[in-house]
Amino acid sequence: MTVSDLIDSMAYGPAPESAAEALAWLVDRGDRFGCFINGAFTAPGETFESRNPATGEVLALVTQASAADLDAAVAAARKAQPKWARLSGHARARQLYALARLIQKHARLFAVLETMDNGKPIRESRDIDVPLAARHFYYHAGLAQLLATELPGHVPLGVCGQIIPWNFPLLMLAWKVAPALAAGNAVVLKPAEQTSLSALLFADICREAGLPKGVVNIVTGDGAVGEMIVGHPDIDKIAFTGSTEVGRKIRTATAGSGKALSLELGGKSPYIVFEDADIDSAIEGLVDAIWFNQGQVCCAGSRLLVQEGIADEFHTRLRARMTGLRIGDPMDKCIDIGAIIDPVQLARITDMVAAGAGEGVLFQPDCTLPEQGCYFPPTLITGLSPAATLMQEEIFGPVLVGTTFRTPSEAVQLANDTRYGLAASVWSENINLALDVAPKLAAGVIWVNGTNMFDAAAGFGGLRESGFGREGGWEGLGEYLRPDSPAKALKPVRLVAPADAPEPTDPLERTAKLYIGGKQARPDGGYSRAVHGTRGRILGHVGLGGRKDIRNAVQAARKAQPGWAAASGHNRAQILFYVAENLSARAAEFTDRLHAMTGGTKAHAQAEVEASLERLFTYGAWADKFDGQIKGVPIRGAALAMNMPVGVIGAFCPDEAPLLGLISVMAPAIAMGNACVLVPSEPFPLAATDFYQVLDTSDLPGGVVNIVTGAHASLADPLATHLDVDAVWSFSSSDISAGIERAAAGNLKRTWVNQGRARDWAGDAGAGRAFLRAACEVKTVWIPWGA
Amino acid sequence: MRPRGVNRPRQVPDPVPQTDTSPAPSDTAAPAAALPQISHPRNPGLPLDMDWVRRARVNRSGVERRCAALPGRRSVKGAYQAAWLLKAVSLIDLTTLSGDDTPGRVARLCAKARQPVRADLLDALGVTGLTTGAVCVYHEMIAPALAALAGSGIPVAAVSTGFPAGLSPFATRLAEIEASVAAGASEIDIVISRRHVLTGDWQALYDEVVAFRAACGPAHLKTILATGELGTLQNVARASLVCMMAGADFIKTSTGKEPVNATLPVGLTMVRAIREYHAATGQRVGFKPAGGISTAKDALVWLALIKDELGERWLAPDLFRFGASSLLGDIERQIEHHVTGAYSAAWRHPMG
Repeated sequence: MTVSDLIDSMAYGPAPESAAEALAWLVDRGDRFGCFINGAFTAPGETFESRNPATGEVLALVTQASAADLDAAVAAARKAQPKWARLSGHARARQLYALARLIQKHARLFAVLETMDNGKPIRESRDIDVPLAARHFYYHAGLAQLLATELPGHVPLGVCGQIIPWNFPLLMLAWKVAPALAAGNAVVLKPAEQTSLSALLFADICREAGLPKGVVNIVTGDGAVGEMIVGHPDIDKIAFTGSTEVGRKIRTATAGSGKALSLELGGKSPYIVFEDADIDSAIEGLVDAIWFNQGQVCCAGSRLLVQEGIADEFHTRLRARMTGLRIGDPMDKCIDIGAIIDPVQLARITDMVAAGAGEGVLFQPDCTLPEQGCYFPPTLITGLSPAATLMQEEIFGPVLVGTTFRTPSEAVQLANDTRYGLAASVWSENINLALDVAPKLAAGVIWVNGTNMFDAAAGFGGLRESGFGREGGWEGLGEYLRPDSPAKALKPVRLVAPADAPEPTDPLERTAKLYIGGKQARPDGGYSRAVHGTRGRILGHVGLGGRKDIRNAVQAARKAQPGWAAASGHNRAQILFYVAENLSARAAEFTDRLHAMTGGTKAHAQAEVEASLERLFTYGAWADKFDGQIKGVPIRGAALAMNMPVGVIGAFCPDEAPLLGLISVMAPAIAMGNACVLVPSEPFPLAATDFYQVLDTSDLPGGVVNIVTGAHASLADPLATHLDVDAVWSFSSSDISAGIERAAAGNLKRTWVNQGRARDWAGDAGAGRAFLRAACEVKTVWIPWGA
Repeated sequence: MRPRGVNRPRQVPDPVPQTDTSPAPSDTAAPAAALPQISHPRNPGLPLDMDWVRRARVNRSGVERRCAALPGRRSVKGAYQAAWLLKAVSLIDLTTLSGDDTPGRVARLCAKARQPVRADLLDALGVTGLTTGAVCVYHEMIAPALAALAGSGIPVAAVSTGFPAGLSPFATRLAEIEASVAAGASEIDIVISRRHVLTGDWQALYDEVVAFRAACGPAHLKTILATGELGTLQNVARASLVCMMAGADFIKTSTGKEPVNATLPVGLTMVRAIREYHAATGQRVGFKPAGGISTAKDALVWLALIKDELGERWLAPDLFRFGASSLLGDIERQIEHHVTGAYSAAWRHPMG
């Protein structure tokens, strides 16, 4: 075509980015890679092909790490970690700073390599992935610098096994490696087998930065290597980003191992557009939401909810916008949508759309796809019902599905009608509407009038089956630290056996019942057991709760929780103080009860009651003081890190401190706005059943605290498998930690279990921020503004 | 709330019955001789639709994000870039708006408008007949401009209505338009009364522009919003809609004299208003960003914005102009670079 013709056509034409430097780097490395262990590359072992999804070409051969490779990597990390942790925060900060600088120095090489390996448009790797990765290292250099003064009394976890996905290979590496290193851990990281190359380039710059050997180790390979990491006995923490299905397996596999775990999993994030939104900006937001990285984004705004009155107009304009999207060679600088990661994923997307599109109205713009490579056109399917498979299941492709709503509350209801809870977008020009809806959405990240905004300072992570743990910010750093308090083994506390000739029961004995929904309830099974004092005397009978009692208690808690969470912190504090007041009035009676049940000294019992009163005051104090934060993110606006209640928490209370333990668990939970189902001390349950009378007289709304007495071992499973429970804690002396973690995989509920370790309930470990953090989810709400 | 567009027919050329406030029928027939590139019917306007005006919402952060991402999303290289830059030249309103303008200065500018890019470079690219879109001057310079452009087919645009502040007496402003049209200007760039926007007196703005349009007669009306003085993008959107309803042929960002002139967010806001107006009425209204666009790279980004947001039909002089004085020089140097492979110098290109 002549220039004259081009003036008439005004077509964009090709604008290719050069692959030369990246290809030269691969050639320099022999096109074959071993693993990066103890500061050096191993000789390539058994290898597999890493292909460019846009062309199908083989880019390099990458090693499938063996068990021996992994052992070597873990051993190197183990050896390096103590020395790395002993470095000053400043020394670690310098190293992280050097990594950030080197990512910037090699920015274009990283971007080109990433696009060739992954298929994402060069614009995205160049303008988004690589700058964000560098930013992550800068930010965490700062955290390393401040760690010792800002978080005293914390130590690193040790060796972290990190498994990352193929959708943001370098960025996910940064999200994993930077906080781990800042906190003083050593890492063994496995990139996805489709996209190992940027991690191997990162290994190169670790050497260039002079990072001590063994602090970062990279093992390549497929899911089998990931499984070996998860099962490796000398790894202290697993951090995984990937599918919910694999996340569940990891939860099950690590149950009871004592490994710390953070999971960043799938999503089906709602994108809500109210009638008073800037429609064109909301549509452009969708381009960044679902056609970013070909929709292969865990937090993609993939579920469009539009207010009914503007739906036709919105969809019309959206279709017109879709027609302008350019799909093709990801190395072209004028491309919006690149290649799908591999033929397997392309087939999955194709099959899901083929199977489900018939339930709605399908639109795909008339665009020509490249003949070679893995491509899927931008797709919109409207008119789906919430029950449609495509509205429920994550597609992980450039496919937007949608329906309409009528009112703000219906929008929230539809948005939350999902097993996932990663992210959400809300579009409205009405500040009242937007800020009312945002915190009601069940998601870890919420964008007001925006989408897919990320920054190292702001926590990212999910609720529900989108996983747990946060990446970014102080909260993300916390995933790589633990309190520096060595815990002793917890001895099982046994039931007191009856005397040979038990005394008859007092005919007017108060019958201890379960406490459910603010009412005393007999156990559904109709059984109770005698509780004996240390000399075998019968102190009373306690109900033996079962599955159905757990069901009823959870139902009551679920019902009560939203209203309780909506109460002000001041209001919750008043009630906690009131509980203390009423307990204080009966202090002598509780002292006697503890003394009679546990057989300790009277003074010891008295001290426990006193400590319980103090603990109620502690959390009454915290109820309106566990403030969120405004994060220093690079937008004109704010990112609010809000401490939101987890929801319904089930807790097995300590056996050894029947009253103080129960209150130490209950008080932080309800102070933060949760409702809870408490299973009290198994051998000494009567303090708890006395205590519900205190609750009853303290204006606590029914259902906020529910008490189910019974055998911990038999109640652990019903509580931990219950799909309407958001978190389970266990401080029991029964051996139930592993079972709870395993059972929690069902809905990926958060778990906090003692793994058979003791806790000093009367001391510092018995209260404080650890409890508050466990009682909250950090919800990050991004609010850009501008007149 | 009534959904957008429901009460308005779509894709209908002229949905509005003629009323007292709409332009006279004779207005709609543009003189083809003066404006050879005109190929679509003029926007007849609409009665002021305040529901629609008030519905306009602009989220500044959203608009800015789109604008920030656009240069990274769109890249034009090689022969395509040369073609885009030559297209940009054909869309320039080559402008001089200075107190010290003289007939000689204007004649020089007009010569540049006739031959905006060195002949040897155009020969090398095989392009002939390239001129700028128009020449834009003050009223007193219309006659010298017409004389200098005789036979070229290049239209003369005159700024008017007390440009740039627009605060001279209303009758004077109308008379100024009439005088410029009588003097032979085929395009009139008027300034709106910013106070009407800032006080929300949309009716007054509408009436003013309707009167200006009537005074223009066959000449095309470009309404300068002076967006740098309107406070918010929402005001820009609303003022754009009101001007289009009042019968503007073009909406234009700025006089070039405000502290902030044509920015991409302002442009995007106006372009989206044009798109919405077209979707609702079928009428195409032109767009002219003016002031602050001075590099070839800027021009490419603006053209990509127009192409992606409005469509290729708008990449023509009857629907898009750059109001610029120094842009041409940078484009010429880029064209020479494309032809020779060597970076150019300003003095290698004849001044205007």
